[in-house]
Amino acid sequence: MAARAARKTVPAKKTFTDFGDYAPAPESAAIGRIQPRYQMYLDGAFVDGGGADLTTVNPGTGEPLATVATAGKGDVDRAVAAARRAYERVWSTMPGAERGKYLFRIARGIAERARELAVVETLDNGKPIKESRDVDVPTASAHFFYHAGWADKLRHAGLGANPTPIGVAGQVIPWNFPLLMAAWKIAPALAAGNTVVIKPAETTPLSILVLAEIIADAGLPEGVVNILPGAGDVGAELVTHPGIDKVAFTGSTAVGKQIQSALAGTGRRLTLELGGKAANIVFDDAPIDQAVEGIVNGIFFNQGHVCCAGSRLLVQESVADEVIDKLEDRVSTLRLGDPMDKNTDIGAINSAEQLARITELSATGDDDGAERWTSPCPVPDRGFYFPPTVFTNVSQSMRIARDEIFGPVLAVQTFRTPDEAVSKANNTPYGLSAGVWTDKGSRILGMAQAVRAGVVWANTFNRFDPTAAFGGYGESGFGREGGRSGLAAYLQPDAKDQF
Amino acid sequence: MSRLDVAKTYKLYIGGKFPRSESGRTYQVTDGAGRFAANAAQASRKDARDAVVAARKAFPGWRSATAYNRGQVIYRIAEMLEGRRDQFTELVRAGNTSSTGQRAVAKAHREVDAAIDLLVHYAGWTDKVAAVFGGANPVAGPYFSFTTPEPTGVVGAAAPQQDALLGLVSVIAPIITSGNTAVVVASQDRPLPAVTLAEVLATSDLPGGVVNLLTGSAAEVMPHLAAHGDVNALDLTGVAGDQRAELERAAAGTVKRVFAPPPDVTFSADPGTARLRAFLEQKTVWHPTGALSLAGGGSY
Repeated sequence: MAARAARKTVPAKKTFTDFGDYAPAPESAAIGRIQPRYQMYLDGAFVDGGGADLTTVNPGTGEPLATVATAGKGDVDRAVAAARRAYERVWSTMPGAERGKYLFRIARGIAERARELAVVETLDNGKPIKESRDVDVPTASAHFFYHAGWADKLRHAGLGANPTPIGVAGQVIPWNFPLLMAAWKIAPALAAGNTVVIKPAETTPLSILVLAEIIADAGLPEGVVNILPGAGDVGAELVTHPGIDKVAFTGSTAVGKQIQSALAGTGRRLTLELGGKAANIVFDDAPIDQAVEGIVNGIFFNQGHVCCAGSRLLVQESVADEVIDKLEDRVSTLRLGDPMDKNTDIGAINSAEQLARITELSATGDDDGAERWTSPCPVPDRGFYFPPTVFTNVSQSMRIARDEIFGPVLAVQTFRTPDEAVSKANNTPYGLSAGVWTDKGSRILGMAQAVRAGVVWANTFNRFDPTAAFGGYGESGFGREGGRSGLAAYLQPDAKDQF
Repeated sequence: MSRLDVAKTYKLYIGGKFPRSESGRTYQVTDGAGRFAANAAQASRKDARDAVVAARKAFPGWRSATAYNRGQVIYRIAEMLEGRRDQFTELVRAGNTSSTGQRAVAKAHREVDAAIDLLVHYAGWTDKVAAVFGGANPVAGPYFSFTTPEPTGVVGAAAPQQDALLGLVSVIAPIITSGNTAVVVASQDRPLPAVTLAEVLATSDLPGGVVNLLTGSAAEVMPHLAAHGDVNALDLTGVAGDQRAELERAAAGTVKRVFAPPPDVTFSADPGTARLRAFLEQKTVWHPTGALSLAGGGSY
C-alpha cells in the first residue's frame, strides 16, 4: 500500500466535471401527483386506520412529503379477516387462468403508470430517478407479468400434480426497493392462489399505495390484497397473527431471527430474505476497467441500500493498487445529489436514522485502524447524503468487514490465492450474494461453486430478474423469490409430496 | 456344550470411528419383551459437538463428490444392508413390542426390505436433483443465468422412536443424497439397529463423518444441535410435537432451516420429495453472454 500512497500524489486524471458541469436535468415532481394524504387499502377500499398518521419525508430535501394513515388496534384483524374471506370465497377457487389475467392487468397497469411511479418512488425513497425509472418500476411490472403466467400452470411447478395455495400471507417489506419488494411479495402469492396482507416500510409507504390504485383499477376482488402502512409494531402484529398461514419477511437479520423465533412451533410457513455482506472478488486476470464498473455498481447502486450489495471488495494482491486507484478515480466522477436529477448517480440516504447508522458504523472503521477514502464530490446542504466511501487496510475482524452497513461504504481486503479468497468470502454468517471477476472460465465456475451464497454474479453484479431465484444461505435467510423455487414458497405441495 | 455368545459393546459413530461417549455414560437397552439387551452409549453435549466437527469436516468432500459417485456409495450401503438382512431383521424384531412368532419376523423382514429399497431409491436421486430442482433462467438481458440446488451443509436430525431402522434410513438417506452431512440421534429405546447400521456405513465407502450416529436421549442432545452455530439445518422427525417449539426457537438464533413433518408419518409410503427439498439451497449464477454476432445474427 505504501507504493500506492506515493503514486497518489500525482494528480488524478481529469474527469468530466473538470471540463464543466452538467446542467441540471430534473424530472418533474408534478408527474408523481403526490397527494397530501394517503389512506390504507383494506378489503377493496381506501380507508383510515386506527393508528396515528405518519409523515413520510423526501430524503432528497429532508422536507415532509405526505401524511399516511396507519394501522391501529383491530386493523390487522380486519385485514386478515378480509383476506380470509377473499381467499375462501373467491381467490383460491377461481380458475388459475382467470387469476393470471388479473395479474397481467396489474403488470400492464404498472407499466402504464411507470413514469408516475418512478417519480413517487424517488421522492419517497431518495434513490436516483434513473434507477427507479430503469430498474425498480420495470422490474416490478415484469414480476407481475412473469407470475401471471404461472397461475394456470401450478401443476408444473415441481410440487406434485395438485399443489394448493397456503392461505393468507402476511408480508413485511423494506424501504430500499419499496415497489419492487411489493411486487416480489404480492405477485407469487396471488399467482399461487393466496391472499395477502402486506405492510410497507414506515419511511416508504407511497409507491405501494399507488400500486393499490392500480390493483383497484384492475378490478381485483376486494380483500385479495390489503395494505397496512405502519411501523414495526404493525409488522410484529401481522406476522404473529394467528389468522396468517404464511409469513414472508424482507429486512434485517435481527428482525428475521425474532420472527423465526416467534413462529417456532406454530407450523406456519416462513420465508426470510435478510441481510448480507457480499464479497466481490477480483482476480488479477480480470478485465480491470469492467471490474471497477462492477465494484461501483455493486456497492454504490441505490446508495448501497441493497441487501446483496458487494460491500466487501476482495482484490488479488498483485492488482490491488491498480484496482483501488482506478476505483477511486471512477468513484470521484459519480454525481451525488438531487435524486430527481436524471444525471444523478447517487441519491439520498433513505432516512436521518439510516444516515446516522452509516455514519456510526463507518466511524468504527477509523477507530479500528482502517484507512478511509471519501469521494471529493460536493454534498448537498439539505437532505440526507453520505458520500461514497472506501476503506482500505481492512482486516477480517473489523466491524466494517463483518456488519452490514447498508450504505455506500466499501471495505477492501486483499488475497493471494483463490483458496484464500474463498475462505475470506465465506467467513461471514451471511450468504446472500457474491461477485467474481476473472477472465478464466474454469475459475468462474469453480468460484461460483465454492462461495456460499444464493446468488453469484460473475463478471457482472446486481442483476435481477423474475425468472431467476434470489435468496440467501445461512443468516441471509431461507426461501427464494423469483423462478420456480420462489413460487414454491407460496404453494402447499401435493399431499403425496409433503413428507 | 453350548457356546457362549460374544456380546457386542455398542458405541457411537463419529467421524468414521466408533468412540465411547466422552462422558463415559451408558444406558441399558431392553428388548421388546423388557429383557436386558445391551448397554448403549449415552451421547453427551461434547459428543454432539464432536459429531458436528466431524460432519463439517466431511462436508466439502462429500458435497463436491460427483453425483454419480454419491449414488454409487448410497447404493453400496443398500448392498451392505442386504448382506446383513437377517441380522437386521433379528435386531428389528427383537426391539419391536410384539416380537415373537412368524408374524413378528415377517413384519421385521418387511421393514428391513423397505429400508434397503429406500436406499436404492435415493441412490438413484443423486444425479437427478440438479435437473429436477434447478434449471436455466431465461432472464431478460444478455446474460446466461442458471439456478442449481446445493446441499445446505450440516444437518442435525432426530430419527423417529418407532421404525428404528426404516425411520432412521428415511431420515438419513435424503439428507446425504444431495451432499449434506448429518448428525443423527437414533431412537432412544431402540438404538441397536442404528449402531449396527453404523457398521454398514463404515464398510460402504461412505466417507467418515458424512453420517454421525449418536445414541442416547434426543431431548438431551437436540437442544445442543439446535443452538450450534455450525449446524445449518434441523430435521425434527423424531422430536415429539410438544418439544419442537423450543428447538425451533433455538434454531432461529442462527436462522437454521427446520424440517418438521407431522409426527405420524408412515415411512413405508412412497417417498415424496419434501425431505430432499428441505435441505437444499438454490444458487443462482449469472454471467454476461456478450454481444457476439455469433449469437443470433446472420454474420458468421
